[in-house]
Amino acid sequence: MTSSKSTIDILVALDKESISTHEAELATQGIIVYDQFMLKERYYGDRFLDIPLIELAEKHGRERVMANTVAVGAVLGMLGLGTDIFFGIIEDTLNKKGSEIVKLNKDAFLAGYEFAVKRCLQCAFTVKPQNKPRMLIGVNEAIGLGAIASGCKFYSAYPMTPSTGIMLYVAGKAKEYGIVVEQAEDEIAAINMAIGASYAGVRSMTGTSGGGFALMVEGLSLAAMTETPIVIALAQRPAPATGLPTKTEQGDLLFALHGGHGEFPRVIFAPGSPEQAFYLTNKAFDISQRYQIPVFILTDQYLSDSQWTEGDFDINKFVHKDYRIRGDSLEAIKDYRRHAITEDGVSPFGVPGTSTRLIITDSDEHDEEGHITEDPEIRVSMVDKRLFKKMGLIKKEISPPLFYGDEKPDIVLFGWGSTYGVMKEVVDIISRHYKIAMFHFSEVFPLPSTEMLDYIGILRGAKKTICIENNATGQFSRLIKAETGYEFTHHINRFDGKPFFADLLARRIDGINR
Amino acid sequence: MVSIDDFKGKTPAWCPGCGNYSILRAFKETLVELDIAPHEFTIVSGIGQAGKFPHYLRCNTFNGLHGRTLPVATGIRLANHRMPVIAVAGDGDCYGEGGNHLIHAIRRNIGVKLFVHDNQIYGLTKGQASPTSMEGVVTKNQPFGVLSGQLNPIALAVALDCSFVARSFAGDIIHLKQMMKEAINHRGFALLDILQPCVTFNKVNTYEWYRQRVYHLGDNYDPKDRISAFEKSLEWGERIPIGVIYENKRQTFEERIPVIKDRPLIDHEIFTEGWRNSLQKALDEFF
Repeated sequence: MTSSKSTIDILVALDKESISTHEAELATQGIIVYDQFMLKERYYGDRFLDIPLIELAEKHGRERVMANTVAVGAVLGMLGLGTDIFFGIIEDTLNKKGSEIVKLNKDAFLAGYEFAVKRCLQCAFTVKPQNKPRMLIGVNEAIGLGAIASGCKFYSAYPMTPSTGIMLYVAGKAKEYGIVVEQAEDEIAAINMAIGASYAGVRSMTGTSGGGFALMVEGLSLAAMTETPIVIALAQRPAPATGLPTKTEQGDLLFALHGGHGEFPRVIFAPGSPEQAFYLTNKAFDISQRYQIPVFILTDQYLSDSQWTEGDFDINKFVHKDYRIRGDSLEAIKDYRRHAITEDGVSPFGVPGTSTRLIITDSDEHDEEGHITEDPEIRVSMVDKRLFKKMGLIKKEISPPLFYGDEKPDIVLFGWGSTYGVMKEVVDIISRHYKIAMFHFSEVFPLPSTEMLDYIGILRGAKKTICIENNATGQFSRLIKAETGYEFTHHINRFDGKPFFADLLARRIDGINR
Repeated sequence: MVSIDDFKGKTPAWCPGCGNYSILRAFKETLVELDIAPHEFTIVSGIGQAGKFPHYLRCNTFNGLHGRTLPVATGIRLANHRMPVIAVAGDGDCYGEGGNHLIHAIRRNIGVKLFVHDNQIYGLTKGQASPTSMEGVVTKNQPFGVLSGQLNPIALAVALDCSFVARSFAGDIIHLKQMMKEAINHRGFALLDILQPCVTFNKVNTYEWYRQRVYHLGDNYDPKDRISAFEKSLEWGERIPIGVIYENKRQTFEERIPVIKDRPLIDHEIFTEGWRNSLQKALDEFF
């Protein structure tokens, strides 16, 4: 399972409202667990399982509050998952509170578990046992971990849902890995602090959501002009303005692409899973440092607030290259100029205070040394260096999209970022009926070259091409059209604040093809 | 030994008679007297006539955005607190556009030395009111006179328990040098508000106007007493005190961050074998 579906298998209702709100979403084989004494109501029929949660809690756990543990026991009993794993979790989390509490929780859990095993005769759930332990990880954690493992030493941000989890993860590891995490007074300060730290020679990052990024765009432009590397995690949520703060949307792709005054190079990654987020965060740091440019990691609330099971991540695949010039090697550059015009547009990234060379930079247009200038020739050569020379090289760094499905498809699904899992699942669901394939882009700007994988050619060869986006206007579709001239035959957009569900999306695609 | 020539930069484009010239001279002489070489410190400046300051010098320079000197300076300082970081801003830059950052830099007590070229007017944009313009002053953009109250940066800083608060005057270069030295030598955040005539756009607060009013705080004045400092900070008008108005020994931000207590962040090793091996532990926590 790589995505969500629209139906509920097990609903644990702790009040009547949960039943009235969600009963209609119950799957055919779905079951509602409730306690008639808690809800002061009896429900009849096969889909209801009445478990005396409070009674079992008071009897086995001594307190009413244990009803939660009883309910968890009941759910695991219904799924036939065994008791070992949960017992381990109880021990790990409650050990501090003493062995008595651990025992009571285990007893309450077991009471619920056994009750469900005996009474849920209509339970038809099967969960495949895992023979190998897997990771349980969210995208925010994967980005935080990827940043630390890429040598990030400074993270400044202002809390904003759904990006805050990255800062929380890094702050939790600050002591162990020697990272300064500063909660700035606002997003303007956050990005400017990160730029300052980066100028001074440490890998820096900030994170925010759309509204916070709106405050950061002047700083983004500053990073570009001063050629100071910075990584920005932008976790999208529905806007305009405060929008739907706890819901999801892919509404800021073109904002990330165009935010900031002036013309300058940038790179945008949009992972579709924690695994992609982990490796792309490393690539973001490496490209940002190598070319001294801003790089985005674009996620959204659905990715940020979900947890995935993943196989092992391999830190040995990370690129760990230090592009800084410090101390003696900086001293050795006789005529050091921070913004020297070079063959590839990349100037030597000197670190101030480590030699007698001076590191000078300016938000004004500047000469090679870094001093303010209005000379038109210097201006043109700086734009050429900063933008054109670098952009040509950066394009070569971008990997082709992921292609999955039929080699010569009639139907092509096209998407980016968080729709990775749901698109893949949909291809699996409907490949029995159609010759279908998908392209998923996790590196969205600059667009990958078609030399390695001719995605435009494959699109042109297909009968129906559907660009699937969690936004209202089809921003990626517009980007593809602007950059390649290709127009999709169909679009599927969802912008009600919810992610795509595999079953509903499969039905919509089926509808298009009938 | 460093000499004044070590700091020779580009020729300033300031108006003849601008207070910035004496601030520049005082600063160079201060560096010579403190024996700080151009590569040993960094100036962060913003936008305004004061923002050009580091270009007329020779030193590590980050000339950033209007109002954002303090966040950049804070970031530099947190990355490398062995290196002195001096933020240079004007009254519009620091008290207007970047007011929020001033409040929080003071709260943090980050070891940045902030020199504000306070000419009570916007010079670069040609003569609009600034936060420190006096009430009633008429400008092209404030034809009914300045309606908002005058910002008192000294009182604001004392109220926030800023660890070093001083005022000086561009027309008193010996005093200005003394204040710059004390600010640089102070541990923690230092605010030095420098009264500076703008000969082109401020026809009210002229050299003469300041000379008639400024006076040195005497030896009897105790800058460690916060209540009397607060009283002194409210003095403005017929008499304007210059000198160290308030100081305390609050711990600095850098001292309170355990991660950089022993050595600056810039000295932390990355990409070593030991560092790489340590990462596996964080990964294993997800199993």
